[in-house]
Amino acid sequence: MAEFIYPKLIGARLRSQLSYRASFAMDFVTQVLAQGYELIVILILFTQINALGGFSKNEVLLMYAFAGAAFGVADLFAGQLDNLPTYIRTGSFDVLLMRPLGTLPQIMCSDIRLRRIGRITGALAVMIYALTHVEIAWTPAKVVLTIVTPLAGAVIYSAVWVVACSICFWIVEGREFANAVTYGSNAFTSYPINVYSRPLRWLMAFIVPGAFVAYYPSLALLGKQDPLGLPGWVGWTSPLVAALAAVVAGFVWRFAVRHYRGTGS
Amino acid sequence: MLAGMTTNVVFGLLRVAVLVAALKAANGEIADYDIAAANTYVWIGQGLLGFVLLWGTNELAERVRSGDVVVDLYRPWNLQGALLAEDVGRGGYAFLTRLAPPMAFGMLLFPFQFPATAAQWPLFLVSGLLALVISFGFRFLIDISSFWLIDNRGLYGFWNISSGLLCGLTVPIAFFPGWAREVLWLTPFPAVLQAPIDVFLGHGDPVELLLLQAFWAVVVLAIGHFTLQRAVRKVVLQGG
Repeated sequence: MAEFIYPKLIGARLRSQLSYRASFAMDFVTQVLAQGYELIVILILFTQINALGGFSKNEVLLMYAFAGAAFGVADLFAGQLDNLPTYIRTGSFDVLLMRPLGTLPQIMCSDIRLRRIGRITGALAVMIYALTHVEIAWTPAKVVLTIVTPLAGAVIYSAVWVVACSICFWIVEGREFANAVTYGSNAFTSYPINVYSRPLRWLMAFIVPGAFVAYYPSLALLGKQDPLGLPGWVGWTSPLVAALAAVVAGFVWRFAVRHYRGTGS
Repeated sequence: MLAGMTTNVVFGLLRVAVLVAALKAANGEIADYDIAAANTYVWIGQGLLGFVLLWGTNELAERVRSGDVVVDLYRPWNLQGALLAEDVGRGGYAFLTRLAPPMAFGMLLFPFQFPATAAQWPLFLVSGLLALVISFGFRFLIDISSFWLIDNRGLYGFWNISSGLLCGLTVPIAFFPGWAREVLWLTPFPAVLQAPIDVFLGHGDPVELLLLQAFWAVVVLAIGHFTLQRAVRKVVLQGG
């Protein structure tokens, strides 16, 4: 039965957002702009320099675009988890627990923020620009990699979102902690990871597997050596990392929900 | 509060890393910024962000939408003045909890460019206070735009995503191409973050920067004052 309910729920959310067209259009434009401002920052830096961490402007743009598209898709589905503290504080999480559906999919479908497509659109435009302006020796496998990368990235970001927001079951106002790794890892992955200091890189690239969202797949596409010394095949492992991250997120979520105590209200 | 500080520090670390990498690619200096200046720029910026409260709460706008603003308006006070006083008070607390910690963090753990003269410290404080007033002025204008827009969340969101770049939080305005730099300095935006940072770093004439900030503080508050006066004429009391 569940498989019929989710499409219906999502459809209803989408229709409700499109019913306020002016408001939706403005939100959409704001999202394109939000993605655009990050682009401007990169462009401004590259008016002063020729390479960042050994990567050219278009190569950095490719990483930025992969990260942006992946984050946009993740935000579309997992961004609602930012509301988790409200669910917990007001006790409405009890309602989710009583329904014969999974709690996580229920929250994810609770408010698909369609305006996030603005962010994805902006990122895709830059991705097309970057892909046509960097040197790639195209093979069928690389075409697949290009398509899979943003999707795997979205799964990785979503998993990060789930794990980070699970902290709210212990610290109700833990959202800002979560933001440090969710929004923080979007900022992190938009740049080549060899610019960051070692502790930051370990935390945000490998413990939070941000390096597999954009950096390593981009290296594989560009056929470049990793300045940090990892072998070339690492760039092809993002889907595996994504699957692993999703499994870990699933376990963390189950563990966290078991520790949920209603507010009693 | 601890959570907010963690996020603040993580974003500070990310911004420092990118700026320092850019500086290394440019042989250590871009537009008067060396590595110590870039670190200082980032950590003051991360601190000022909470001190001037660049991204506000949109609380007054919600009160306009719900109609509760009527209570604020019939009190025997000047609404703008009262809210400004409240915000300066908040600033006093935020000075200790939001401005000082990231600056201390930067000073202790990173190469830091301290002011060349002792006079720059008090000037920085004055500049920071003026920045707070201008930031308040902007937030107030966005809030009371809801008298006309009813739902000002679009404008509010627009400010939240644009202000970082326009005020010089994400990249120093000195890094912008020449024309963009000139245009930006004609607007009040750099007065909110870049100006106090410049005073601290000794970039440009501090007195000139303070005068520029004072000018924009007066302008933004005056616009807020007259806009509120016009808005009040529009208020319709529905029932009692």
